[in-house]
Amino acid sequence: MSVVLAVTAGALVAAGTYLLLQRLLTRIVIGLGLIAHGANLVLLGSGGPPAAPPVIDGSGAPISDPLPQALVLTAIVITFGVTAFLLALAYRSYLLTSSDGVEDDVEDRRIAGFAGGGST
Amino acid sequence: MTTVVSLLVAVPLVAVGLALVLPSLALRRAVSMAASLASLVLSVIVLVSVDGGDAISVAVGGWTAPIGIQLVADRFAGLMLAVSSTALFGVLAYAVGQRDTDDAFPAFHATYHALAAGVALAFLTGDLFTLFVAFEIMLTASYVLITHRSEAAQVRSTMTYVVVGLVASGLFLIGIGLAYAATGTVNLIEMADRLGDVDSGTRAGIGWLFFMVFGIKAAIFPLFFWLPDSYPTAVTPVTAIFAGLLTKVGVYAIVRTQTLLFPSDGPSTFILIIAGLTMVIGVLGAIAQGDIKRILSFHIISQIGYMIMGLGFFTVAGLAAAIVFIVHQVIVKTVMFLVGGLVETSSGTGRLRDVSGVLHRYPVIAVLFLPAALSLAGLPPFSGFVGKLALVQAGFSAGQWIVVGVSLFASILTLFSMTKIWAGAFWGSPTTNLTRRPGRAMVAATGGLVAVSLFIAFAGQPLLEVATRAAQDLLTGGAVTIGGS
Repeated sequence: MSVVLAVTAGALVAAGTYLLLQRLLTRIVIGLGLIAHGANLVLLGSGGPPAAPPVIDGSGAPISDPLPQALVLTAIVITFGVTAFLLALAYRSYLLTSSDGVEDDVEDRRIAGFAGGGST
Repeated sequence: MTTVVSLLVAVPLVAVGLALVLPSLALRRAVSMAASLASLVLSVIVLVSVDGGDAISVAVGGWTAPIGIQLVADRFAGLMLAVSSTALFGVLAYAVGQRDTDDAFPAFHATYHALAAGVALAFLTGDLFTLFVAFEIMLTASYVLITHRSEAAQVRSTMTYVVVGLVASGLFLIGIGLAYAATGTVNLIEMADRLGDVDSGTRAGIGWLFFMVFGIKAAIFPLFFWLPDSYPTAVTPVTAIFAGLLTKVGVYAIVRTQTLLFPSDGPSTFILIIAGLTMVIGVLGAIAQGDIKRILSFHIISQIGYMIMGLGFFTVAGLAAAIVFIVHQVIVKTVMFLVGGLVETSSGTGRLRDVSGVLHRYPVIAVLFLPAALSLAGLPPFSGFVGKLALVQAGFSAGQWIVVGVSLFASILTLFSMTKIWAGAFWGSPTTNLTRRPGRAMVAATGGLVAVSLFIAFAGQPLLEVATRAAQDLLTGGAVTIGGS
């Protein structure tokens, strides 16, 4: 895997992780997109150095590995679908709560309250 | 027989299509039940066939592996398929009996069968990337099923579920990329051959990445936090099938990859520590809860620890015990949630402080709860006892006294929290909210699965023998070859 590709993938996943830890849903969705891009770059890089298009034309030139490209394509389609679903869910959450933030688990807070002497 | 194996994935997919186009609810129900029953029959045929002879390998589309995609049905996959299609059929019968589930959500049957297809593909695939696709089919269907009421509580908890699922998928893809870069293949059997030549540090890194990815799906410590938050908010049939199947598919993937790709010579201390912590933290979480479905959700986590413990021994006896335990858990966990749903249906709440005296008003619910609860805690003569006894024996023969002690301690706590539900919801004077008698079909479906769980206990010895043969296949690499049939 080329260094540029590896560094880019690392930077994308790092930025995605940072965004994922925010409390705003839009940032989380963008963070997930970045992580998925990073993963796709790792897959692409796993096919070895770039070469001619994977078409058998009789020239005998070395061709690039077509499998990672097929895998990336599948992964992109799946990520696209799930991200669209996530956006719809985020919009639904905005309609219901009129805020874009992630809320705490109510039941968790209630039970944590027992331990803290009922402070919540 | 290769056709039958392909049909295990194809039948639910056809049912998805039919359930989407059929106009009337009655037709959708009929087709859905028929497809589920057909899957059940086919999976039993496959199990009997692979247990009597060799594993079945299918080259999808006529392209032989490693170029094409290979489906492999061995004893482990066969057992998992048979038990999962039993649970799928039972829960579908319950959902149809409940009436308001598929009535309020027209795409229920289509989504349910998409989930079934994903689960079957995950058990059958012999290819790492197809495993990813199978997980995605299963998870995407589960996202839709868990949100279909889309009220505030569900949207909030599903958000966690979907985000965690997507992060795990991203890590899974990175793992596949790294494994492909190291070995040049995504076929599991070929990868297992080539990983032997890979530098041990690289191999360990990829191995632990997969352990973490599947650990998120299986909800092992410390990656379980999403589960008790999201599962209880869905409707009962959905929660029940998630509880019975989804985490176990994660466990299946852990067992499959750790035995085939990253085999260990002796007991793995790291896995055993994780197993012990998962059991204890899960059961302690359950004790703190006051809602039936949340108590049961924490028990899912605790019970995953037992399965991981069986794997951690890396002996035939340990793995066989883990397989028996998984088979028992799929059924019993599903039953527990269905019974919890019956209590909720009859009273309108699952909170222990708001309902009591179910035993006096609707004794049939109590009759269904008791064997399942005692089985979960591992009391003889129920099915959990068979699994736990086998695990404890395997632990003693592997010399792992500490983790076995921890598992027995967790069992006592499990029994304690089961008595908490029993004393809270079933004993006492009936509360005034116990007004709705649960439908006969729902009770019958739950009763059917209770009977299956009793049958597992009754057939404990033959089951353990099949599981032992399956475990031998797993540890010796089995009889499956690349592209062979």
